[in-house]
Amino acid sequence: MMNFIFSGMLVFSFVFAVLTGRIEQLSRSVLEQAGNAVELVLSLLGMLCLWSGIMRIAQESKLTEKLSKALSPITGRLFHGLKPGGRAMRAITMNLVANFLGLGNAATPLGIQAICEMRKEQGAQGTATNEMAMFVVLNTASLQLIPTTTAMIRMQYGAAAPLDILPAVWLASIGSITVGVVMAKTLEKVWRERG
Amino acid sequence: MMQIGSYVVPLVVVLIVGHGLFKGLPVFDLFVEGAREGLHTAARILPALVALMTAVGMFKASGALDLLSFALEPVGRLIGLPRELLPLALLRPVSGSGAMAIFDGLLRTHGPDSLIGRIASVMEGSTETTFYTIAVYYGAAEIRQTRHTVPAALSADLTGFFLSALFVRLLF
Repeated sequence: MMNFIFSGMLVFSFVFAVLTGRIEQLSRSVLEQAGNAVELVLSLLGMLCLWSGIMRIAQESKLTEKLSKALSPITGRLFHGLKPGGRAMRAITMNLVANFLGLGNAATPLGIQAICEMRKEQGAQGTATNEMAMFVVLNTASLQLIPTTTAMIRMQYGAAAPLDILPAVWLASIGSITVGVVMAKTLEKVWRERG
Repeated sequence: MMQIGSYVVPLVVVLIVGHGLFKGLPVFDLFVEGAREGLHTAARILPALVALMTAVGMFKASGALDLLSFALEPVGRLIGLPRELLPLALLRPVSGSGAMAIFDGLLRTHGPDSLIGRIASVMEGSTETTFYTIAVYYGAAEIRQTRHTVPAALSADLTGFFLSALFVRLLF
């Protein structure tokens, strides 16, 4: 899938740029984007180290275990292929909590940790497991309680009540998460893990 | 009201470290050990990110995104999304900063309390940067066969856009 998307985008962009005479811009973006990726990783790096460090403390003090137990009625159902209370499950719980609180900078490092733990526990080699797909789908939907950045931009442009969009945001989020979970559960039977 | 957000991060950090100290753990040593792992993870993400960001950058620069917005107008009409919001819908799953730039422009031209401004806000607040998330997470776990992840995630995004337009019309 990734192979197809990647090569498709490159070929299509090239042909389209030639046709519309934007080859100059295209060439510039080829040269720039790799550097932008490095910048992005560098900007993540500090946060990645910080939250990995904080998480290690939370793990050793059994804080993650407690949280994971409290949320197990939900997570156990979504990820029933994983060991309840295992390292992977605990990292998933922390990631979901961080997402919910709007700690985007914390959620990504925690999520990376979660998926690496899942790989170890499930022995995945190059192919996503059902639980990994479910986890990624949950992370691509927004679980955030209060979208602070959006509200801040609304305030900046003089919205009368920047947070008046909250009910609509919550309803739209709940709807899209539900569809994501249902689709992941349904499609995992179509795209089999083996073969 | 906005200040609540500023409390969350420091509070979480202080609570976790405080709790560790209360349990009598060597919090500094543990922190450094964990942070070192973060360094390795970052190195593992980079290659996939270079590939994906180059593809997205080329796609935008070639003008293909504009063409796609134009071609998808009937779909937009079907789910009740005004034409002005199509570039946002197309870019939102691919680039967080790109979507932010478009969102900013939409609020400037239409105002935050207009129909378009409100739908854009709800879209921005209720969806995530799907492909970036997929690239980072699967890059870290060295997954190449993503199976049903992309279709499932995109149907969630599409639902989010549809419901954003719907609920703003119903609630305001």
